[in-house]
Amino acid sequence: MLELDWSVVWKYRGALWDGMLTSLQLFAIALAGGVFFGTLLAMARLARWRVLSVPAAGFVNLIRSIPFIMAIFWFYFLTPVVVSKFTGQQGEAVGPFTSAIVAFIMVESAYYSEIVRAGIQSIPRGQPSAAYALGMNYWQSMGHVVLPQAFRNMLPVMLTQAVILFQDTSLVYVVALKDFLGAASKAGQLTGRIVELYIFVAVVFFILCFLASHAVKRLQARLAVGR
Amino acid sequence: MPMIDLRNVSKWFGSFQVLKDCTTRVEKGEVVVVCGPSGSGKSTLIKAVNGLEPFQKGEILVNGTSVGDPKTNLPKLRAHIGMVFQNFELFPHMSITRNLTLGQVKVLGRSQEEAEAKGMKLLDRVGLLSQKDKFPGQLSGGQQQRVAIARALSMDPIAMLFDEPTSALDPEMINEVLDVMVELAREGMTMMVVTHEMGFARKVAHRVVFMDHGQIVEDCTKDEFFGSVRSERAQAFLSKILHH
Repeated sequence: MLELDWSVVWKYRGALWDGMLTSLQLFAIALAGGVFFGTLLAMARLARWRVLSVPAAGFVNLIRSIPFIMAIFWFYFLTPVVVSKFTGQQGEAVGPFTSAIVAFIMVESAYYSEIVRAGIQSIPRGQPSAAYALGMNYWQSMGHVVLPQAFRNMLPVMLTQAVILFQDTSLVYVVALKDFLGAASKAGQLTGRIVELYIFVAVVFFILCFLASHAVKRLQARLAVGR
Repeated sequence: MPMIDLRNVSKWFGSFQVLKDCTTRVEKGEVVVVCGPSGSGKSTLIKAVNGLEPFQKGEILVNGTSVGDPKTNLPKLRAHIGMVFQNFELFPHMSITRNLTLGQVKVLGRSQEEAEAKGMKLLDRVGLLSQKDKFPGQLSGGQQQRVAIARALSMDPIAMLFDEPTSALDPEMINEVLDVMVELAREGMTMMVVTHEMGFARKVAHRVVFMDHGQIVEDCTKDEFFGSVRSERAQAFLSKILHH
């Protein structure tokens, strides 16, 4: 039987907390950016002009066809090159956090664009027609009439995707970014108590994600009644 | 100058021609009823008038402005053409009051107070002032359609388009909507109405346009239409819908 020593968790609470803050920060920025750019991408994909819809569809399909972890790696090596191209500074490091943010926003916006697209398509065509008939332009029709209803319809799916996103933040360990999992991993290596720390990480992820999923289910039931 | 002037309008969905060389006009203060079997292109025609359905050939002038001209500011033109839809199309996530004020505030730039005063006056006119804080889903179909008419009127339209306004209603609610429309017609509103309600046509229409297979087959005064319809197709249509 394995002897477990849980005191390491307490001992490294500071580093673990910092890691959790990094994870939450990454999560919040990726979520906001993903929903914002995802909405724009969805609108572009549904646009009548092919100059907008074709590149948007291409981007979404490309991103969705490559493993998430590859995108993170890719942007880790690619972002500094692009940045130095624009700033003219050679080999200027961007840091893992920035490159991870870029990768997460890119990937999440592709995922969210598919959700938003389904949400927009769930609104009957007569609704934007009615908005146009009142003299609204495209942005007013989208902003006041279509998107508010679409977001209400897709809220449960968006929150489920957010839970997945939160779990996916742990993937940044591949670029040596100290998120929650990274901090635990580091502490485990220093103390040799890797099992305790990984169990702790798993339990924390489980509790957070379980509670969130549960909240989504209750919200879903409430929205269903409200209709 | 006619208020609505359609000149040789044609439209295709792919290779299928839905509108064939349609020409008609609605004078200021005139009520024109458009009828015909389903799939005859009536709805497409009326939606072309305010640019909701693009068309490939011909010209539509509303109050002298060309709808098909790419240089025309369509939102500005539409703001002054009221439209009432078959399925009401109230905004379900907004209260009745907000449904009535949104266009006035966002499109016409009226203040919230001004828009509300105007909206409430019109809501009262269609007999639904007591419903102002409810949401569309809480109203019956007939009530929703009356709110939709009030919403269109709140923009001070120069003409009103009705696209089968009673087709989605239960029979006992049709009259409450028709009553509002009759009153509007008697006040001299310019109206183009796609409907199967021949009673309404008899009561207030000046002219009746009969469409079949995307073509305008009859375009005559009400008395001519109900008196001595010339085309067989119009006669067959009339006998079908009047003997029920």
